Amino acid sequence: MATNMSSVKSGAAGAATFADSDSRKFRYFEPRGRRATHYEDVTVDVQPDPERYLMQDWIISFPDGKGAYVKEWTAAKSSNWHAFRAPDQEWERTHYQRQSTIEGMIQNVVQNARRAGAPARFDKAWVKVLQTHLGAWKHAEFGLGTSLMQAQRYGYTQMINNAILTNSSYKLRFAQDITLYLAEIGIDIEGFDDSAGKTAWLESPIWQPTRKAIETIMGATDPLEQYFATNIVFEPLVGELFRSGFIMQVASSNRDFVTPAVVSAAEADYERNLANTVDLFHLLCHDDEHGQANQQVCEGWLAKHVPLGRDAGQHLQPIWSEPRAKPVPFTDAQAHAQDRLAAIAGELGLNLPKE
Amino acid sequence: MADGLTLNKITAQRGIPVTEAAKKIADLGWNPSFVQEAMTFPTDYKITKAPKDPMKQVLRSYFPMQEEKDNRVYGALDAALRGDMFRNVEPRWVEWMKLFLAIIPFPEISAARSMAMVGRLAPGEDLRTGFTMQMVDEFRHSTIQMNLKKWYMENYIDPAGFDITEEAFGKCYATTIGRQFGEGFITGDAITSANVYLTVVAETAFTNTLFVAMPSEAARNGDYALPTVFLSVQSDESRHIGNGHSMLMSMLKEPENHLLLERDLKYAFWQNHAIVDAAIGTFIEYGTTNRDKTKESYAEMWHRWIFEDYYRTYMLPLEKYGIKIHHDDVHEAWKRITQKFYVHTVAQFFAVGWPVNFWRIEAQTDKDFEWFEHKYPGWYAQFGEFWKWYEKLSHKGQTNILFNGDVGYVYPHRCWSCLVPCLIREDLTVEEIDGQLHTFAHPIDAWTVKTAFAGEYEGRPTPAMGRFSGRREWESCYHGWDLADCIKDLGFVRTDGKTLIPQPHLRFDDREMWTLDDVRGHTLQSPLITLREMTPEAREKHIAEYKAGFAINPCN
Repeated sequence: MATNMSSVKSGAAGAATFADSDSRKFRYFEPRGRRATHYEDVTVDVQPDPERYLMQDWIISFPDGKGAYVKEWTAAKSSNWHAFRAPDQEWERTHYQRQSTIEGMIQNVVQNARRAGAPARFDKAWVKVLQTHLGAWKHAEFGLGTSLMQAQRYGYTQMINNAILTNSSYKLRFAQDITLYLAEIGIDIEGFDDSAGKTAWLESPIWQPTRKAIETIMGATDPLEQYFATNIVFEPLVGELFRSGFIMQVASSNRDFVTPAVVSAAEADYERNLANTVDLFHLLCHDDEHGQANQQVCEGWLAKHVPLGRDAGQHLQPIWSEPRAKPVPFTDAQAHAQDRLAAIAGELGLNLPKE
Repeated sequence: MADGLTLNKITAQRGIPVTEAAKKIADLGWNPSFVQEAMTFPTDYKITKAPKDPMKQVLRSYFPMQEEKDNRVYGALDAALRGDMFRNVEPRWVEWMKLFLAIIPFPEISAARSMAMVGRLAPGEDLRTGFTMQMVDEFRHSTIQMNLKKWYMENYIDPAGFDITEEAFGKCYATTIGRQFGEGFITGDAITSANVYLTVVAETAFTNTLFVAMPSEAARNGDYALPTVFLSVQSDESRHIGNGHSMLMSMLKEPENHLLLERDLKYAFWQNHAIVDAAIGTFIEYGTTNRDKTKESYAEMWHRWIFEDYYRTYMLPLEKYGIKIHHDDVHEAWKRITQKFYVHTVAQFFAVGWPVNFWRIEAQTDKDFEWFEHKYPGWYAQFGEFWKWYEKLSHKGQTNILFNGDVGYVYPHRCWSCLVPCLIREDLTVEEIDGQLHTFAHPIDAWTVKTAFAGEYEGRPTPAMGRFSGRREWESCYHGWDLADCIKDLGFVRTDGKTLIPQPHLRFDDREMWTLDDVRGHTLQSPLITLREMTPEAREKHIAEYKAGFAINPCN
């Protein structure tokens, strides 16, 4: 302490007692629980709004007069947009820790498998499945990632946008994980066609309904519709169907213990993203003022995206017949996907469109 | 082990070269054929050439790298506490962090949001990973800075001000200046905001003063936390600069973009100068207790980083692409920083406004005077008496400096463009826009509002360009209010309901701390409302007097 103006010889907490010398918590927001979590402290109110606390309003507007963030960018309404807290409580440190752990896990698994010569022992029919269908799937993950990257600009609070941002980050990471994984095992497998996946994605009748479902999400202009359609509709109907219902259950029977480890990361990602999405839409669908209207909005989104998801899932059926070993029938996986969707919709109190 | 044999060599296996990996990842995108993506972010620019990613990074290496950087940051924060950093920290410095850290997380997260805009507008997917990394980086910056602020609040002697930080951000006259910066990244023409204003100018030029110069000064004041966090933040910026430059090169390919680029470089450079230099210059020059004459002043650093590194090596080469560079503006900014004492007038204004701040400002002393005069010849004649007044009036029982007529300070008009007041008095510019008078700190500020942020630029329609909006003059919000009621409304009162969060000193003692009662009885006035209410003759006289400047009375 060098300044001659100060009355105390230390800048440390507790060096003096005076008004608010013990005010050591952020006191401008209500924590969701009894005490603010670390996530809340570093997240809440960083994106302000004229109700909290922009006294001078937004100070730059778009040509139509709208400010930096407006409620009308989504059809959903809320009596308190600021109530949402992401259940995964993700902030930068936890995000990097988790993403980095996943990357480390995948690289260890793939390196060790390659060192042991595992890819060369994959069943030949299974190799075709990987290069074509897992190769096509990476584009679906990428499409969702870019769509969510777009959506994270538009939400009304920091909590909503950051949850969408981390979701986008997980999707884009996984799209790259698959890309690099296939490229690496391709080195060890003679005749592996790394371009087959994109060709299937763009041309195969099996994948066109999935591409259509993804492009419909990408083309939506309502950010919460994009978030809803991704996690409430597409993921259970198509994402989990393909990842858990097919890859993770069928791979080992075809002498592949590697791919399920790579894909399992995305399933864990989805559990967290689903929890965040359900929590947000539960709040909206049970909002005292706007709950009913929001249920109608969500059911409108279900009516738009569920048929696309069902169609996409149905068209994937031939894939289940391609491997040599077929331990699970498509119908079981599809039934599981339908149950999962029904359970999620039930959690939100939403009615699904009839098949 | 045999000579030259290492574990890496034994266990090495063939992999994908980085260039090949980046190429495969760039191939993840496709042109949608079922449903087209909506162009929700308007721009008047035309971009047909896909930008290239010079860094060729992939997320697989990005996340572990960032985690490692985080580990170092958080380890250092723990070490700082174990080393009892706060025992030796200079409160003069940490107090300014209440303002700085209230502002900066919003521009950071705005930058994350803006990656959606450039990601959607850039053709091809080559740079998608770059934008993704920047999006996550900015999320990192925003929350790591919030964490630092929480850490200061938990460990610094006076947490008041940190404890209301985001609420204060929405209300304070000074934070609105920072908001002009952050909102500039996300609103209006998407390329103007997310590429030129954010990346090409703010990140490429001004993060050097923000994230490199400031940490150096922090360290000189016993604060090792800020350098740890902000140099880590700055290490991400080189990637962002690469993104911005790559987009810029794509835009340069279209000759019809050149006019808009010239407009945006002019706007962005001037406004970054007006905002960033005002804030960071003040923190560095007035928040420090270190008066080592061998260290660089803010002006000297500005010349090195902005004039030499940015203007001469980044902007000037753009001329070979046919872009007209605004040389005069750069020289004018330099003149403002040196001859016109821009930073010093800002610090003076913050000090005058102390009752409506949410941090403490300590008076400058003889030791400071000597350094300022050494670095900025002529400083003492203009500012010496003021800071003597400030010290004298820092004691309870005095009339606060904002309303003390003995001082001679004339409260300034607010610039409608950069929101910093019109502190270089002779440069005051008054313009009528849509039938209303507005005040500007400089003719370029008036140009920004009237010419750049308009539906047409030099005969070319610019329908995507944003508009300046909101209640831009903070003083208008409290026109006719009693000062004590204003402070209460702002929420800048400690939880005892009477002691002010701001104090004009560093005396941590209730007996010395100003309360609402000590500032009651003074009515705030909006200079703009007052100006608009004047008769034309009175207004002309007022403007002439304002431009002539003022003199601080001797303080005895």
